Amino acid sequence: MILFLLKGILRDPSRSLFPIITVTLGVMLTVVLHSWIVGLEGDLVSSSARFNTGHVKVTTNAYAEEEDQLPNDLALLGVDSLLHALRAQNPTMDWCPRIRFGGLLDIPDANGETRAQGPIMGLAVELVRPGSPEARILNLQTALASGRLPEKPGELLVSHGLAQRLHVRIGETATLLGQTRHGSLATANFIVVGTVRFGMTVLDRGMIIADLEDVRQALDMLDAAGELLGYFPGDLYRDESARAVRDAFQASTTPDDEFAPRMVTLREQAGLGDTLALWDYLTSILLIIFITVMSIVLWNAGLMASLRRYGEVGLRLAIGEANGRIYRSMLVESLLIGIIGSMLGTALGLGIAYYLQETGINITSMMKNASIMFANVLRARVTAVSYVIGFLPGLTATLLGTAIAGIGIFRRQTAQLTKELQS
Amino acid sequence: MRSLSLLLLCVSLSFGQTPSGETILKRVDANIGSESKISVGEMRIQERREVRTVRMKTWMKDMRNTCTEFLAPPRDKGTKMLKLVDQLWTYTPSTDRIILISGHMLRQSVMGSDLSYEDMLEDPSLTSMYDASVTGEESIGDRACWILSLKAKPGKDVSYESRKVWVDKERFVVMKEERFARSGALLKTTEIRKVIRVGGKWVAAEVVIKDALKSGSGTEFIVESITFDEAIPSHYFTKAVLRR
Repeated sequence: MILFLLKGILRDPSRSLFPIITVTLGVMLTVVLHSWIVGLEGDLVSSSARFNTGHVKVTTNAYAEEEDQLPNDLALLGVDSLLHALRAQNPTMDWCPRIRFGGLLDIPDANGETRAQGPIMGLAVELVRPGSPEARILNLQTALASGRLPEKPGELLVSHGLAQRLHVRIGETATLLGQTRHGSLATANFIVVGTVRFGMTVLDRGMIIADLEDVRQALDMLDAAGELLGYFPGDLYRDESARAVRDAFQASTTPDDEFAPRMVTLREQAGLGDTLALWDYLTSILLIIFITVMSIVLWNAGLMASLRRYGEVGLRLAIGEANGRIYRSMLVESLLIGIIGSMLGTALGLGIAYYLQETGINITSMMKNASIMFANVLRARVTAVSYVIGFLPGLTATLLGTAIAGIGIFRRQTAQLTKELQS
Repeated sequence: MRSLSLLLLCVSLSFGQTPSGETILKRVDANIGSESKISVGEMRIQERREVRTVRMKTWMKDMRNTCTEFLAPPRDKGTKMLKLVDQLWTYTPSTDRIILISGHMLRQSVMGSDLSYEDMLEDPSLTSMYDASVTGEESIGDRACWILSLKAKPGKDVSYESRKVWVDKERFVVMKEERFARSGALLKTTEIRKVIRVGGKWVAAEVVIKDALKSGSGTEFIVESITFDEAIPSHYFTKAVLRR
């Protein structure tokens, strides 16, 4: 019967083309929307993890209280032994000591006087240490806009926007003016060896990246770090694992000591958990509304198709075909239309989603004054769910529409059929 | 003019009257004023985790030009600061750079203390910046003091819109001070713990300054030695001194 019905669908486009097009479009939109939302959420999590939160983060209790002010006077001390313990406890994870700092970057002229000066947001990471995962985590090679990555102490990366604003060129000296851990004026000379563009306005506006040891020297923070970030293998955040690592670590700390280390997971930081929960909630509502609307449209298409075939059904009843058999054949037919439409819609939707994943939509002009860490190019992300989510409205709605419309088959009176057919 | 105010003050005191705020402020300025001053001292900075000590030597001329060299700790040794009227430069040997402290950097703390660069740039003459009125009397320790309320003179660009100062009635030394923002918020407090007599002047030898917006329990300034009106070579007040 299935083969017979399939042939009918293919040979009689007048009764199958419109339903298939409707299902295809609905499924395509569902797939694209889902992939788009997943992509945006992934960007938010990934950007925050790479630059700010890690998958887990260790700071002192006091530092965590005032984290927005980058209080390096409250930084972790004795970082080497702490790192040693963390690596022993979680050998598969990458542990990255970092210092975030603010200050000014001063570019001297030939006489050593200030030629240009601008505020900066600084990030000190292990760039020079062999085997350091930081270049990979921060995706520095890809972000490199000109020059090269630091290879030895005293070298500095400057964000593309800052380099343009200060007219600083590769190979020039730049002096960092900041504050030591004790609040004294800190000054340190660097050679600018590269410019980077992360595609995030908040970073590209005024960021510098220097080697951790150089910044430790400059800010009087030997064996100290503002924060220790931990990353799971494959750079994929797993909330359950993160909570397990945190609980194991917290069991060995003293929560009452303001300078004792404390660990938090990605979702517990900077309101990210609330943001992600709200995001999940809103996207679920959006997807439910969208799928419901698409289901109603597709259901309506199923109803319309059944009503258009009112005469055909009557004739089949008149020549003696059983009601149940007609009903079942229509259900199977709608299922076949749903499958064909869902496959076509999923294929088209995946094509568009892959395109948006690769090229994205550039919103740089809207992010000029942004202060959140979000990519300037919004991208979709194709996941395993993207391949199947379209089948939910594609199959259920057409099947349900036909099932409801087909109930009329059982209500028709055989005695009236000849009269109906004559008219 | 100064003689006249002193005379007026003596007359006021002899009749048991309270002198005017301006008269008292002029006596305060007269006590701290000098042609030149050379001092060696240290700052004990009470941080949340530790106490740091910074030693320095300062050369001052005309009350408005100052050269400071930091002597300790080793990390800060050789760092110099030069204030010429209303401009401030700093020099660190490790970078061999002379940096003009300007803009928002002026609000940063000097060597992590409770003193800001802005404080350093302030004209030490209170009379030129503030209108004063006497609001009461109080004893600080065993010293009887007048309480003065200072309001910034119209058009004066000052770091603190108002101040409340306790002035020793006999020595005309500010024994305690509270500095306020335009909003009325308390920004800094100063307490003098020890006053010494040097070259006919009363000098605050131990001062505790506390930035009300900062954690920690304040910075203690201790004067080890101080001399007045000694000849200081003029190159101490040029940018050339920074690299010497």
